[in-house]
Amino acid sequence: MAKELLKGNVAIAEAAIRAGVQAYFGYPITPQTELLEHMSLRMPQLGRVFLQAESELAAINMVYGAASAGVRVMTSSSGPGFSLMQEGLSYIACSEVPVVLVDIMRGGPGLGNIQPTQADYNQLTKSAGHGDFRSIVLAPSTVQEAIDLTVLAFDLAEKYRTIVIVAGDGMIGQMMEPAELPAMHALRSARPDWALTGAKGRQKNVISSLRLNADNLEDVNKRLQAKINRIRAAEARYEQVLTDDAEILIVAFGTTARIAKTAIREARRQGIPAGLLRPITLFPFPNAPFKELSVGSQQAKGVKAILVVEMSAGQMVEDVQLAVQGRLPVRFYGRTGGAVPLPDEILDQILMLAHRMDEAPTSGESFAMAA
Amino acid sequence: MQEEMIFSGFGGQGALFAGMVLAYAGMDSGKNLTWIPSYGPEMRGGTAHVTVIIGDEEIGSPITRYPSAAMALNSPSLEKYEPLVKEGGVLVYNSSLISRVHQRSDIRYIPVPANEVATNLGNVKMANMVALGALVAVTKVLPLEAVAQALRDHLPESKRDLVEPNLEALRRGAELGTSVVP
Repeated sequence: MAKELLKGNVAIAEAAIRAGVQAYFGYPITPQTELLEHMSLRMPQLGRVFLQAESELAAINMVYGAASAGVRVMTSSSGPGFSLMQEGLSYIACSEVPVVLVDIMRGGPGLGNIQPTQADYNQLTKSAGHGDFRSIVLAPSTVQEAIDLTVLAFDLAEKYRTIVIVAGDGMIGQMMEPAELPAMHALRSARPDWALTGAKGRQKNVISSLRLNADNLEDVNKRLQAKINRIRAAEARYEQVLTDDAEILIVAFGTTARIAKTAIREARRQGIPAGLLRPITLFPFPNAPFKELSVGSQQAKGVKAILVVEMSAGQMVEDVQLAVQGRLPVRFYGRTGGAVPLPDEILDQILMLAHRMDEAPTSGESFAMAA
Repeated sequence: MQEEMIFSGFGGQGALFAGMVLAYAGMDSGKNLTWIPSYGPEMRGGTAHVTVIIGDEEIGSPITRYPSAAMALNSPSLEKYEPLVKEGGVLVYNSSLISRVHQRSDIRYIPVPANEVATNLGNVKMANMVALGALVAVTKVLPLEAVAQALRDHLPESKRDLVEPNLEALRRGAELGTSVVP
């Protein structure tokens, strides 16, 4: 299929349609509204369900209902709307029904603004609702990848009966790039055997998040944890760029990662071997490539320092530190509130790091994390 | 090769559309590209801009602080981007609306009376295509014919009658642009 010039939000919506989404429930919020808008046009054309709910709270509960009935379903929102959906998400997680959710992040906290941010990282990866659960979180950095990961999101959601979140930001939502959409996938004809389809002639299925008996609820929790561990073991995804000879390793995801690529190109032009490790899954976080890093020193080749760059106050830093296990200094550079780091800012950070590495370390840890 | 361009003007002057025509031309020429508009509060009433990056390699950052070329359709846009254009870069501006002493000697200024030319061709709304013609001719980011073809191919059916006048605006802009270059 030929490439089309597609806006991120529209590309995600159309990718979901091609992947066979049967129902969409949502509530508009910038900077993801074109996603809902595209759904409002296309879903009725195809005889599928589009419903603009009265609130995000209503939307997520409609999603919960549709998912329980074995319908391939999704919603999308941005920070303030996502927060409203958290109660429903927790019920969905406990009920183990597959749901795809798109969060096109905007500046916060609070109502904030509509500019790009990545500051929902902790909320998405660690705490998308009360209780013990994790969602799979996919972070595209191009419009093409937004398409591919949206398709993948449905597969993973159904494979694990879990929540999968496509985590973009205002920039990826609003940006246009040439990209190729997948062919139209045939709609699923049968509904899964666990779904609520009417119990006539078979044993009833129960989908609920209420388990008053502690032993019963602990069993559910154990099952959820086992599933999360299977996801951890099998689904971590990442991209490495110019890491073979890198001495400064940038860790960034989504929009920030692609901005970092430009800074890395310029750093290399200036003779500084920088590279990029880009988590594609934010959960499960890709720990393996950090374990495999060869640690450099004044004498030995290898990575000498890690620079985490985010559009947040440093939420992924903790995951990087856990993965690095103290073997390397981890520094951080971030912009918040909808400000986007430009390539020259990241380059400045790389140059500063390179300069400091050339100096003899004074004592112990040569440099600590920036405030 | 990578050209990093900013198109800027009042809302309604068609800066974003000019960028999109170029983006389509880039795509149809097999280039990598990104098109990212300002979508914030500045869209409501003030100056709207779009960043278009076209290159042979994978595009990293879709935004830039220092564009290699800028198109300013109004005065606030010129004031904003004149100091930021890269050394040796190009600044195309709408001299119908902007009269200003050039502040720099290390960039190429391309004044184009875009409103006047467009009005003479029948519609002031085509000022963006006049300026785009000049920008394409001077930067050589793509062959002018590729941009003309993109207009033919991607203008919606309902606006097909506007193709020819816009092509003319594009050509006039290109001529004016090249005539300025020393």
